[in-house]
Amino acid sequence: MAEVRVSIVGGSGYTGGELLRLLLFHPRVRLQQVTSERFAGKGVARVHPNLRKVTDLRFVSLDQLQPCDTLFLCLPHGRAMQRLPELLDKAERIIDLSADFRLNDAQRYAAWYGTEHAHPEMLSQFVYGIPELHREAMREARFVSSAGCNATATILGLYPLFKHGMVEMDQTVVEVKGGSSEGGNAPSEATHHPERSNVVRSYRPTLHRHTAEVEQELSIHGPVRVHLSATALGIVRGVLATCHIFLNDDFDEKAIWKVFRETYAEEPFIRIVKEKTGIYRYPEPKLLIGSNYCDIGFEKDPRSRRLVVMSAIDNLMKGAAGQAVQAFNLMHGFAETTALEFPGLHPI
Amino acid sequence: MSFTANCPICDAAIHLAADTIQGELLECPECGTELEVMSTEPIQLQEAPQEEEDWGE
Repeated sequence: MAEVRVSIVGGSGYTGGELLRLLLFHPRVRLQQVTSERFAGKGVARVHPNLRKVTDLRFVSLDQLQPCDTLFLCLPHGRAMQRLPELLDKAERIIDLSADFRLNDAQRYAAWYGTEHAHPEMLSQFVYGIPELHREAMREARFVSSAGCNATATILGLYPLFKHGMVEMDQTVVEVKGGSSEGGNAPSEATHHPERSNVVRSYRPTLHRHTAEVEQELSIHGPVRVHLSATALGIVRGVLATCHIFLNDDFDEKAIWKVFRETYAEEPFIRIVKEKTGIYRYPEPKLLIGSNYCDIGFEKDPRSRRLVVMSAIDNLMKGAAGQAVQAFNLMHGFAETTALEFPGLHPI
Repeated sequence: MSFTANCPICDAAIHLAADTIQGELLECPECGTELEVMSTEPIQLQEAPQEEEDWGE
């Protein structure tokens, strides 16, 4: 059985480590190289200690990168678009996990990221990386841009309702609550343990950059305005997006069940979680740690047309590396769930 | 022979065995709601009574 030669550019961060964990157990992958300028020459297990005795791979410098079949880019935001020209010759397919190619409009990129895009001509060539929305395009894609973690949770929670045109287009309010690994592994004063531990920190009440991709993907029947706030919690992994939408008609809960069922019944990684009894009645991020699932729940406010949609993921999995491997499987014609079957832990 | 009914909560199709009896409890496979069979001819399902829990409200 032919193997796909895969390399990771910028593999010393949390996303790179998670990709390594998944790809090292992928039955159709030969992991060829992992680059890191900071750790070149050192074993990857030194940076990702969960991989001790799993791999003998060592980091290499980017200038040692050999041609392969598929490249995963885990470079910091802004760096991937600068490096892209030199990487195009290295692989037939590229999956970028940065924010650089998520938006399909250069002006919108400049407005949200505060800098001109280095290669606006490439934006239209990248498929936005949520498989549940762009599965068929991914099968033929050469380039995929993985979605932001907060955006992924929000989009998956709201997509069926916007797709079916059930929502007031400019009244959506989203509160995303996320763990510290969302911020990557570069330390700062704000991430120092005594400061970061136990926080419930409003870190981006308005203008979170993921808002742009949420609006892009939900503007199915016309321009959508989403009001998104982000709060940092004292957990390491996990995102819970609590989305408040206002329905444009008097839909009951059965109608909401119907659109979620129709949209996601065949999806291997989407689960509707809405139970009347038990401890975990609605989506709970901690149950998803290490898994590629997105759990979605909802409740209709009986006093109004407000619908609350709760969507939970592991930010490093469905919000980054897991989503990227799911796209990789589609691009290569593998079973979509390959290397992504881990169901999470309980209790945890 | 089996019967099909819809969950009164989420509207999912539920298949019931031919020997289903009145008063039987079952669980909706979609939303997990515990349902009581109120009658068999015709099939009529209703949410089973639950013990209320105090969740700080």
